[in-house]
Amino acid sequence: MSAHTSFLAHERFRWFKRSAWLCLITIVAYSAYAPVGGRNGGTWVGYGLGTIGLLLILWLSWLGVKKRGFSGGSHTIRGWTSAHVYLGLSLTIIATLHTGFEFGWNVHTLAYTLMMLVILSGGFGVFAYLRYPAKMSENLIGQSASALKKEMQDLDIRIARLTQRLPDSFAEAARMSLDQTKIGGGFMALLSGSSKKCGSAKAVALASSQAETLTDSAQQTSATEMVASLSRKAEIASRLRRDLSYKAIMDIWLWLHVPLTLGLIASLGAHVFIVFYYW
Amino acid sequence: MTEIYEIAIIGSGPAGCSAATRAAKLGVSHILLERTDHLSDTIYKYQRGKYVMATPDNLPLQSDLQFEADTRENILGWWDEGTEGSGVNVKFNSEVTAIEGEKGDFTITIANGDTYKAKHVILSIGLQGNLRQLDASSIPGADNGVTEYQLDDPKDYWDKDIIVIGAGDAAIENAVALAQNDNRVTIVNRKREFSRAKSGNISLILTAIKDELLECAYNASPVKVNEDSMVLKTPEGERVVPADRAIARLGAIAPRGFIEAAGGVFEDGADFPRVNEIYECDRPGVFIIGALAGYPLIKHCMNQGYEVVHTIIGDPVESVVRKELATKFQVIPGFNDVQSMLEQIKAAVPLFQGLTLLQLGEFMLDADIHFKKPGDAFMEKNEAGDSLFVIHEGDVEIPVTADKVFRLGQGQFFGEMGLIMGRRRTATVLAARDGSGAVGIEIPRTAALKLIASSPQAKKVMDETAILRQLQTFLSPELTRDDLSELIEAAQTKQFGRGEALIEEGDEGDALYIVRSGSATVSKKVGNSDVVIAYVPAGQFVGEMALLFHQTRSATVRATVPVDAVELDGALFRSLLDEKPKLRAIVDKVAREREEENQRTGNDVVSRKIEFLTSIGLGEATNAIVIDEDLCVRCDYCEKACAETHDGVSRLDRAAGPTYANIHVPLSCRHCEQPHCMADCPPNALQRDAGGAVYVDDTCIGCGNCARNCPYDAITMSALPAKKGGLMGWLLFGGKFGPGEAEKPKKSKENKEMSRKCDLCRDVDGGPSCVRACPTGAVIRVSPEELFSRIREGA
Repeated sequence: MSAHTSFLAHERFRWFKRSAWLCLITIVAYSAYAPVGGRNGGTWVGYGLGTIGLLLILWLSWLGVKKRGFSGGSHTIRGWTSAHVYLGLSLTIIATLHTGFEFGWNVHTLAYTLMMLVILSGGFGVFAYLRYPAKMSENLIGQSASALKKEMQDLDIRIARLTQRLPDSFAEAARMSLDQTKIGGGFMALLSGSSKKCGSAKAVALASSQAETLTDSAQQTSATEMVASLSRKAEIASRLRRDLSYKAIMDIWLWLHVPLTLGLIASLGAHVFIVFYYW
Repeated sequence: MTEIYEIAIIGSGPAGCSAATRAAKLGVSHILLERTDHLSDTIYKYQRGKYVMATPDNLPLQSDLQFEADTRENILGWWDEGTEGSGVNVKFNSEVTAIEGEKGDFTITIANGDTYKAKHVILSIGLQGNLRQLDASSIPGADNGVTEYQLDDPKDYWDKDIIVIGAGDAAIENAVALAQNDNRVTIVNRKREFSRAKSGNISLILTAIKDELLECAYNASPVKVNEDSMVLKTPEGERVVPADRAIARLGAIAPRGFIEAAGGVFEDGADFPRVNEIYECDRPGVFIIGALAGYPLIKHCMNQGYEVVHTIIGDPVESVVRKELATKFQVIPGFNDVQSMLEQIKAAVPLFQGLTLLQLGEFMLDADIHFKKPGDAFMEKNEAGDSLFVIHEGDVEIPVTADKVFRLGQGQFFGEMGLIMGRRRTATVLAARDGSGAVGIEIPRTAALKLIASSPQAKKVMDETAILRQLQTFLSPELTRDDLSELIEAAQTKQFGRGEALIEEGDEGDALYIVRSGSATVSKKVGNSDVVIAYVPAGQFVGEMALLFHQTRSATVRATVPVDAVELDGALFRSLLDEKPKLRAIVDKVAREREEENQRTGNDVVSRKIEFLTSIGLGEATNAIVIDEDLCVRCDYCEKACAETHDGVSRLDRAAGPTYANIHVPLSCRHCEQPHCMADCPPNALQRDAGGAVYVDDTCIGCGNCARNCPYDAITMSALPAKKGGLMGWLLFGGKFGPGEAEKPKKSKENKEMSRKCDLCRDVDGGPSCVRACPTGAVIRVSPEELFSRIREGA
């Protein structure tokens, strides 16, 4: 046991066990009941599975409201997340059995497909939550992003001061570093966290090549310091970019998960309405 | 023939004004003589806009004049209106030079030669009329006009070179205020540290010096004052410091010559003249009240003015203190009058021996009195609590084991472990089941600490009993005072600073230590580095190995926070063990368990984590927030939940704070065993509840002392309330702020910046909302022992 308990292991895997039982029971019920006309959503077992599935979906969606409610009580959001993950996964079995493996180009299968997409995106979320937090810590090595940003500002001041002691050609490197060291930006830039176009990285190369042309020893010292400062800045910038990209990956799946859930609820409404109105 | 007044009141401070107003209201002929041309010169000379406190909080005011904590201007306004409205007969510009005659016929002469006649004299001139000044005979130029002895308004100076002389509260407040107004300030301290001032002011000045807001000359004194500079004598030699103005705040003393001529008698070494219980000095008919009688607090002064007028006209009022006490004492069976009850309490309780009845009376105002029926509990084991209980009547029982019960009787006290160690109650205490109930006096933490600090006798009684109880609790309840008396007498309390070693590995040493407060780590040398193998919280003993096995110290014990420890003599302790095989068995068992534990936790990762956590002060925490960064998805729901439950202001900064490996300790209150924030809170607004939470109650005045005193930056000063976002507005209508997010609070006159800190969600069902809101389980709130044991088990 570590000092902390993750949402997956909440209460000794309580929700994993409960979900497993639920799946088992539904499989047994599905297998045991063989009605005339084949297994489908219109049988009593089918209605039962559908009802369970519908209630589960609505309850699972409620997590989004619940976790923003910050209300008192004996529950923890960790427990809710744990239940959300395992019960959500159990839907793959419950809902699939509910269909009786009858698929078509209709609103019913649309609801099923949306549900599977929601679960798939959620699955990626779990994967991201397991993988990226540790990567983020590793990346920032115990420092906070704001502390690193502060260090970058200090480096900018130092670089500016150093250019005054160096030939004009170094000013170009300083300007490049100042103007072109972008952190974040557009969607792709944010997500990739790439440092290929980093102004500071390019400035390091430029300043190093300029430094080789110097002959004055005082200037050489300053140039070495400048290259060191630019390298440090490039290093920090690349770490900050990676930090943002990890955070973006941990967030982005929600941009699919939540709208798909809203779509799912709408199509479920249509599915239920049509079933009871037309059949 | 000149009129003979019933009462002449000399000095129009809070005491004099209160007395004069009472006399006027009663229609008693009187005259109030004031040296200056306005009332209350001491308060008049306070820095403009200064916020004046109304301590002690629980002392009720008995005066015709209004007074409560407020600004200097408002308070002076109330007094001007109050005295004028009640028709006080005041003569300004009347400095008294002599008081002649006797009771019933005094003649008072003032500086211009006028005389007044009165039957009684109330002397309430305070001390501030007699400020200590630089001596022009030994410091040339001290009288050249550069030096002043007060500061009316720091805004009168801008962009000037100013020297402030002194190291007390007034000097510090003036120096910092001047520096904040863009003056170049040097503060001259005769000593090498600031110790005389309130701790809030000490941290204020030390921060200002560290931030180079002003400069400090330590061990320095003025030797010469020039027109635009001052020569200081410093350990490095003489130094000339530019000075457009020097402000010397050297304190005030009683004008001894005048008082003695008026009939006051100073006992040997006393700073104040002697007065009896009705404030009459050695000369009949002359009453001395207020700061001059040794009562510097405004409320005391005003109450005394009121009381003394009644005493003089032969209609004594019962003092408000007594009235309050009478209500308090109601719960005591058989109570009839306050005076005899106070005498009874003083006689019964050794802890109160050093106090006068007046002091005891005031002390009792802070206390709560409980009557418990047989079998009812005064305190429960494991409940948080830091007050001290004294048994006034009846017996109490402390069940220590299934068949062993301690009994304490009248005059004895309990609860001192909570007070000294800052940890949860170690035992349940009940009113004896076979008695007829017990009366306990509960003394809150600050009052108890004050008592120990001010009465050496109380400290001795407390220390000895505490050592005995600790030995009984942590070794064996079978031990009696007789068994241990020799050991206790030889015991010494020792203080260790953060990082200092109680025991050094490899040393010859024969002493055993009981950690009374704070905590320590046990570490062993492995190669070149120290590896932490254990954590020792308050209440445990260390050093038993060397003592039992006659070997050199096998490990280093280092204080992780300031530690208060009791050193027990090794030889005496060994002879005690030889006499008591049972005790020997207990100590042997502890030593064996420790050795096993030490062998087990040689694990490097665990050791490093514990070392990191203790290095950032977690050893003094009782409940700290710890984040597992491998689980934290940086959603900041902990912060949002905190803000949502606390008026929109989060008391937690998730991203800030130290990190080691996957352990991150964000900035938030750790609810320290001995909270630094409590140390210097003027209205005593910081409290600890039974659940252990240290919280700010609604008496906070926003002075910021707690925030400055907190070494962990866990307290912020912030205004309230911020506008909160809602889920629907954010989700559906593009509102700027979602739940738990809010506008930055703006301070205003009505919305002052107050102390905001974590209160462990003491009012929220289910506990800390940061923990409950975390979707992944990354956030926990734990005690260090719990955390360390989980880390060990996890490895």
